[in-house]
Amino acid sequence: MSPQELVNSLRSFLPAEAVLHETEDLKPYECDGLSAYRQLPMIVVLPRNEEQIAKILQLCYATKTPVVARGAGTGLSGGALPHAQGVLLSLAKLNQIIAVDSLARTARVQPGVRNLAISEAVRPYGLYYAPDPSSQIACSIGGNVAENSGGVHCLKYGLTVHNILKLRVLTIGGECLEIGGESLDSAGYDLLALMTGSEGMLGIVTEITVKLIPIPEKAQLVMAAFDDVQKAGNAVANVIGAGIIPAGMEMMDKITIHAVEEFLHAGYDLDAEAILLCESDGSTEEVADEIQRIYAIMQQSGATKISTSRNEAERLSFWAGRKAAFPAAGRVSPDYYCMDGTIPRKHLADVLRGIEKLSQQYGLRCMNVFHAGDGNLHPLILYDANQPGELEKTEEFGGKILEMCIHSGGTITGEHGVGMEKINQMCEQFGAGELEMFHAVKAAFDPVGLLNPGKAVPALHRCAELGAMHVHRGEEKFAELPRF
Amino acid sequence: MQTIIDQYKTIIREAAEHKIPLQIRGGGTKYFYGSSPIEQSNLWLDATAYNGIIDYEPTELVITARAGTCLADLEAALDQHGQMLAFEPPHFGAAATLGGCVAAGLSGPRRAAAGSVRDFVLGVRLLDGKGEDLHFGGQVMKNVAGYDVSRLMVGSMGTLGVLLEVSLKVLPKPVAEITLCMEMNEAMAIEKMNQWAGKPLPISATCYTGGELFLRLSGAESAVRAAQLKLGGEELGEGGAFWQSVREQTHDFFQSGKPLWRLSIKSTTPGLPLSGLQLIEWSGSLRWLIGNAGINAKTIRTTAKDAGGHATLFRNHESYIPVFHPLDPGMMKIHRALKEKFDPSGIFNPGRLYPEI
Ligand SMILES: Cc1cc2nc3c(=O)[nH]c(=O)nc-3n(C[C@H](O)[C@H](O)[C@H](O)COP(=O)(O)OP(=O)(O)OC[C@H]3O[C@@H](n4cnc5c(N)ncnc54)[C@H](O)[C@@H]3O)c2cc1C
Repeated sequence: MSPQELVNSLRSFLPAEAVLHETEDLKPYECDGLSAYRQLPMIVVLPRNEEQIAKILQLCYATKTPVVARGAGTGLSGGALPHAQGVLLSLAKLNQIIAVDSLARTARVQPGVRNLAISEAVRPYGLYYAPDPSSQIACSIGGNVAENSGGVHCLKYGLTVHNILKLRVLTIGGECLEIGGESLDSAGYDLLALMTGSEGMLGIVTEITVKLIPIPEKAQLVMAAFDDVQKAGNAVANVIGAGIIPAGMEMMDKITIHAVEEFLHAGYDLDAEAILLCESDGSTEEVADEIQRIYAIMQQSGATKISTSRNEAERLSFWAGRKAAFPAAGRVSPDYYCMDGTIPRKHLADVLRGIEKLSQQYGLRCMNVFHAGDGNLHPLILYDANQPGELEKTEEFGGKILEMCIHSGGTITGEHGVGMEKINQMCEQFGAGELEMFHAVKAAFDPVGLLNPGKAVPALHRCAELGAMHVHRGEEKFAELPRF
Repeated sequence: MQTIIDQYKTIIREAAEHKIPLQIRGGGTKYFYGSSPIEQSNLWLDATAYNGIIDYEPTELVITARAGTCLADLEAALDQHGQMLAFEPPHFGAAATLGGCVAAGLSGPRRAAAGSVRDFVLGVRLLDGKGEDLHFGGQVMKNVAGYDVSRLMVGSMGTLGVLLEVSLKVLPKPVAEITLCMEMNEAMAIEKMNQWAGKPLPISATCYTGGELFLRLSGAESAVRAAQLKLGGEELGEGGAFWQSVREQTHDFFQSGKPLWRLSIKSTTPGLPLSGLQLIEWSGSLRWLIGNAGINAKTIRTTAKDAGGHATLFRNHESYIPVFHPLDPGMMKIHRALKEKFDPSGIFNPGRLYPEI
């Protein structure tokens, strides 16, 4: 079927404005949050309901047309990068919160609903939706399911997979599957887990039932400075070893602290080699108890300076610096390159030393910010794309960091997904047997391979070079959002 | 230990070659659970042989152990460091293994508050139906590389592969724990359990039985005491023993010897119109039923489905009633396709979950 015929067929059941095919109309969809990868789709469709999506899928299935789902397009691994001969299926118009059941603590929502919109809608009931990616004012819940997104609170409250109950999913053939239930478990294999984090490769999520939890009575933050990164790493282990699961536990290294302080004047200690932010939440009594213990542990772990937030404004100002780390990187360097590996925390100091060594070897600075509680690192390599050869050096440096993550028993991606970006690193992390099994799982849902082809799992013959997130001097997309 | 894996591989390949069903046997504590395999087979694999803790560092909150490890040993190792499996898996016998716990996918009293087995599984190593040694997930909390095959194994009843190793997230044990008990009727109990779950209270388990609602509070001593003041009720002396009896089904309720149904449903569902004895857990979302004579499976399953969930014939089943809730054709198609990929010769515990797989 020619593109024009396909447009005509789509328009037989969709309004004309819901089927885009002129280049200028396609342009806004050419990339997601990883703007280094761009590709115009053949057609963009903007359905309003599940029935329309089913028809679109049936048509694509019959004509063997690839389909790429897109939520809000904030993904950082090129997951929603269009296919040149394919249909880009935007879920943006399915943006209704269908029902909230405050007593059962659940909400039934369409995939295009923004993450934060859910928490805003249920706040009057004293409830919220826990996973809070920094992109939460923009990203869609459907995208969160597809990426298994996390947030700064996920050590205590879990990732997307821990906070959803049920999905309605359309297969590429347009068949509807109800996966999960309103109960806490369901019969048969755990397809809910399999769907979560499947990056739009297995089916189109058309409805999500999320769990809601009570808003904690209180939250308080301890900020501790250290003169040695190893000591800060030990402090994290000591907090957890003492039986405390902090609501959030974030770390910044010296170069980050300086970049942020210059940018924001958050009052961070400029002599520190590392700063830890450790948050406690819960009932007033629990928080009082925990904060006292955290304070003592920071002291025993050799913190040089410790402050406890005295009120909500102060808590938010302590956080502000951490959240400004990425924009700050954009200010101190023309370009930066963001990694997303996870390591077992015990290797933190080793990996940081390794990064430091590589940084010297390559003559490139590297800022380190990370979700210290769960070992998810976001090293930012600072470089200048206008210097010949610097980008290549940076990519090599980044590749070495990911190798370190794998060798220390970790993973190449903690929360941003594989998408198009890390497709090559998948070959380093997994053997042929596992990759074959991933292809087999895909085939169980999508035997013809029409959903998001070429992403997430590399073909067996593919390998080698390392990809990355490139950001050029503040030109990144979603510059207004806090970073990670 | 590698020799054991090699032996497993040999057995698997032999079974696959001759298409002989292979029973995967752990500690045997959950034989009563699940359908009996369609074809009784003489060929079996002793999954307890590959055992032992491989790696446990309390400050990482992760333990990795071989699937044949005795669950009690694993919990004892955690206990030494003040940690626990927060999903409180039932053992149903001293011989229970980690592999059986994951394959059966059962969680205990803390489930509604803390999460289930699958919520804590971080990675697995398994042998598939061709005897291939495969690793999925890992030992870290956040990992989105590849599909989540590790969690797919939870509750698969050994139909997809032989689990070799499992990595689990663990949590610190709460400092203080008390149990409150209050008399009320069923409707009120269901409402209260749900209301309280929506409030920032340290409730870690709930159970309604014999006209009494039992609540377990866990956390800092001060937090537990403050919550006790808000909630009222009477403090139970032997709280620990009570929850243990619910977890292990040694509580009187479970001793009838009659068919025991497990209905996993929406938590706010009012008292079920099913005649028989009921025990409620998980803030209302788990209902155990010992039906009176004359009640049929179809009624029970329809009731569970209408309440947003499913029903399992948990114990003392009669062979003509399917143990697990039947799947819709679309879902069964996916199940069959997955089974086909993991176990192409159909040798692993065939029929233990559904006749088709
Ligand atoms: C500034 C910034 C901060 C960020 N911070 C975080 C963070 O803290 N934590 C974190 O985890 N991530 C973070 N991200 C990454 C990103 O926001 C998340 O991955 C998010 O879940 C993507 O949602 P989306 O709606 O934008 O999805 P998209 O980018 O549109 O799509 C992502 C993937 O999901 C698929 N998809 C989308 N909708 C559906 C559907 N309905 N059915 C099936 N497949 C679908 C797409 O095909 C694609 O593969 C951040 C991104 C930015 C730009």
